[in-house]
Amino acid sequence: MSSVAIVKYNAGNIRSVLCALHRLGLDAQVTDDPRKLRDASHVIFPGVGEASSAMRYLREVGLDAVLHQLTQPFLGICLGLQLMCAHSEEAQTECLGIFDPTVLRFSRKEHLKVPHMGWNTVSCSSDPLFAGISDPAWFYFVHSYHVPLCGETIATCTYGDTVFSAALGRGNHRGVQFHPEKSGPVGEQVLRNFLALGEGRS
Amino acid sequence: MLAKRIIPCLDVRDGRTVKGVNFINLRDAGDAVELASLYARQGADELTFLDITATIENRGTFTELVRRIADVIDIPFTVGGGIRSVRDVGALLEAGADKISINSMAVNDPSILDTLAREFGSQCVVCAIDVRSNSAFDQGLLQGWEVYVAGGRIPTGREALAWAVEAEQRGAGEILLTSMDHDGTKGGFAVELTRRFSESVGIPIIASGGAGTMEHFTQVFEEGGADAALAASIFHFHEIDIPELKIFLANRGISIRLNR
Repeated sequence: MSSVAIVKYNAGNIRSVLCALHRLGLDAQVTDDPRKLRDASHVIFPGVGEASSAMRYLREVGLDAVLHQLTQPFLGICLGLQLMCAHSEEAQTECLGIFDPTVLRFSRKEHLKVPHMGWNTVSCSSDPLFAGISDPAWFYFVHSYHVPLCGETIATCTYGDTVFSAALGRGNHRGVQFHPEKSGPVGEQVLRNFLALGEGRS
Repeated sequence: MLAKRIIPCLDVRDGRTVKGVNFINLRDAGDAVELASLYARQGADELTFLDITATIENRGTFTELVRRIADVIDIPFTVGGGIRSVRDVGALLEAGADKISINSMAVNDPSILDTLAREFGSQCVVCAIDVRSNSAFDQGLLQGWEVYVAGGRIPTGREALAWAVEAEQRGAGEILLTSMDHDGTKGGFAVELTRRFSESVGIPIIASGGAGTMEHFTQVFEEGGADAALAASIFHFHEIDIPELKIFLANRGISIRLNR
């Protein structure tokens, strides 16, 4: 039985993730208690908002170190994914460094609207996070910064001429730029797949 | 490939959906949460809920409705109508809304857009702009539009395009553009208006007002350059079904999300 913890911090959109888990029949706890985070079977790190104020808050309450030490399946969503990277161009912020890339702002050239907002096709790899999901699949995005392609890219998305990482994965860590909690049945499948990670571990 | 979005708008009073013609003569089109989940299942890309009585009556239980919507709906939704403070916005986002839409409050105090973008991020700040054509704002041969507030009742004397540019600079993440001249007429969206706005700002434009046929959606996406199109009564009264509309648009070569 999964015991899911959602990281509580000063970012928005946390209730949406909680509601999505409820629809899957799961009750998650929203917490910033290091012990509860360590004891959870799965940890979700959601959030929309601004990178530097989020990182400042995480450091102030000591959550940056805690998140680094977690070994269970861990899923960053949107800003969560970006904060898992090494650095963000948003206010030149040093982030958690779980993944290597630097998060970049979309350029406004070629009349590209920023934020990148709406449903976009995603090309998914064979990572278990995308089990049973058609390729390409539609997911909902809303972001002004993006993670470039890198060795940890497990799904890609194209906006204008920019191809970026729709998801990263390595070891127990996954991060998605789209919002699975807002992407209808396809997004629900991603959450189910995440919750199935680590099953069979004692 | 980014899809053009189809957004049903649910005008809400006392937790129920209503829609008037030219914002007057309200008719009841059903329960908001029930209708919203139907639209989500039918393939709506997003939903918008406007608390239409909020600027003239008490706000009532809108936040509670937002909570019920967030429990059930698995696609993004925007809420607006009568938002008066940063605190109101915080409560609606906390209740589970993805975006908030403000109109009168932003016109009265534009700096609120800066504050909201800083506090909550531009991605959740929709600046709703209600306009009517007004020759006093024409620039040479180019048509001009005036901003209206309070559900389209009060002219502000502000030129609309300059307001949209300012809203973007201050931190709005999206513009919901309603043509009062077209709203309720079913004669088509304001294509020229939408095109001028879409070319003038770098944030997405949601076109609103005037949808009557499926062809109208083609026009506002192809000629108007809209990123999303919003409509109410044609969906509520089954004059156009969303699945049928999306297939129609996809067949016209417009980028549309078909499978849910």
